[in-house]
Amino acid sequence: MSLTRDDVRKVAALARLALDDDELERMTRELSTIVGFVSQLEQLDTSKVEPLAHPLGTTDVFREDVARESLPAAEALANAPRHDGSCFLVPAVLGD
Amino acid sequence: MQPADRSAMELAAAVAAGEISAVECTRGHLAQIEATDDSINAFLHVAAEAAIAQAEAIDAKRAAGRSLGPLAGVPVAVKDALCTRDMPTTCASKMLAGYRPPYDADTVARLRAADAVIIGKTNMDEFAMGASNENSAFGPVANPWDTSRATGGSSGGSAACVAAGMTPVSIGSDTGGSIRQPAGLCGITGLKPTYGRVSRRGLVAFASSLDQIGPMARSAADCGLLLETIAGHDPLDSTSLAAEVPPYTQLLEEPLCGVRIGRVAEHFGEGLDGEVAAAVEEAFAALEAAGATIHDIELPHAKYGVATYYLIAPSEASSNLARYDGVHYGHRTEAPCRGEGFDSPLVEMYCRSRSEGFGPEVKRRVMLGTYALSAGYYDAYYKRALQVRRLIRQDYLDAFEKVDLIGGPVSATPAFPLGEKTNDPLAMYLLDLYTVATNLAGVCGISFPCGFTAGGLPIGFQLQGPALAEPLVLRAADRYQRLTDWHRRRPAMATG
Repeated sequence: MSLTRDDVRKVAALARLALDDDELERMTRELSTIVGFVSQLEQLDTSKVEPLAHPLGTTDVFREDVARESLPAAEALANAPRHDGSCFLVPAVLGD
Repeated sequence: MQPADRSAMELAAAVAAGEISAVECTRGHLAQIEATDDSINAFLHVAAEAAIAQAEAIDAKRAAGRSLGPLAGVPVAVKDALCTRDMPTTCASKMLAGYRPPYDADTVARLRAADAVIIGKTNMDEFAMGASNENSAFGPVANPWDTSRATGGSSGGSAACVAAGMTPVSIGSDTGGSIRQPAGLCGITGLKPTYGRVSRRGLVAFASSLDQIGPMARSAADCGLLLETIAGHDPLDSTSLAAEVPPYTQLLEEPLCGVRIGRVAEHFGEGLDGEVAAAVEEAFAALEAAGATIHDIELPHAKYGVATYYLIAPSEASSNLARYDGVHYGHRTEAPCRGEGFDSPLVEMYCRSRSEGFGPEVKRRVMLGTYALSAGYYDAYYKRALQVRRLIRQDYLDAFEKVDLIGGPVSATPAFPLGEKTNDPLAMYLLDLYTVATNLAGVCGISFPCGFTAGGLPIGFQLQGPALAEPLVLRAADRYQRLTDWHRRRPAMATG
């Protein structure tokens, strides 16, 4: 299984990573090797096997919907790279 | 005897009895950190002042005649993947440099409530992704037995600080072997509890269906002592188990007579180091002499464990790590983002912040997971891996019909030289061969020392048990440690 630079560029865009040319080159090589390795699972017939997403089969857990104290806004904002005291600040969402 | 030589159980008893103060105990371990950590790099943050203040409060509590918790005055080092309110929590990533969590992880809160002293935060592979502790953004950890070698990972700092006597116990996390493998390579004991036994609240998420917090110590008994404190249901982690927490340390006396231990022939195949194989076989013999019976069993899909794991874990990671967006917390690029070549200035900010903040292995796994989950590949990779995961778990369920425990090696080789595998990601992934299936199946496993190579490097033995079999797993490891003294051997720097 071999990935092209173009495949990797598309995945990087989905993953919100900006890779430079060297990284792209290296990532294409390394991901191809790893994907080749994990493709060994194709050897198994899994057509009749249900996927297992969670090891212990835990089902939905419910609790009473009771209002509780939550994190104060100042603490929630304390680690934000940019904020105005009540909101997180970000660059323009839609162009300029 | 110096505080740094004693077990957690001895220290807690001595502090409770007033034979040693919590402050003396804390200072003794801080001195050992001072003396050894320059050559090890086990700690990312030593909270000397906070630890002394906490110890003073414990001593005051005792002086006031109040009873002390089960970990009275015991210094505990916590992997930097767990949130601590009064200390930085970086996950060994530039992404979280300077991050101060607004709350304590459930495990940390339980440790404090038990009167343990949180002495600092330990080094690890970035976001717990790695098997050598060389993926830390703050430098690798050196193995106390040979500082030119790796500790294993990802809980390398937590393993090294216990091996070097900087703390008697520590907290690690294990997603595919990250407690057991470094414990094995550093000559200590480490337990990965059953999935859900310990709350994951406040553990920085890597792969949520696999992650589990667990104790690391110089004996199985100390692991049990720690587990008694950190295990239990947490209403704020809906995957934590409601099952009652047994008094593990009081369940160690029963002999091993009649306990059936499985041995998997495939574990002894190609790639297993000869000295490791010999030590593991001797451990089987010792367990048999202690009353256990050894049975050949099969785990037919175990050989697919690494491939399955390296689809599921990166997929979950790519989703979990989407939260690092440079907005709410964590690194944000300084570059002016005008959006040229991107969908918008905001998307440029996301991409630049993440690319600057994440190291190469984290990027690799996020990319791999994004690929495995992307349209057109989901069925071929992610879904198929979940199907094989069921086959692997079924192997364990079938095996545990025939045996009570499964024994074997933890790692194919002893500690390897730093730098040896850093340019070959796949070789690094294959180090997880013997440990990943435990997490995929959600069962528990312990690693403890069972010998040394001629060159003086520790060799680990792994015992896996069914879900919630921690009492038996700990009892078997403790019984072995009553009959052998491998776990008492200490590297020169710990006794110096």
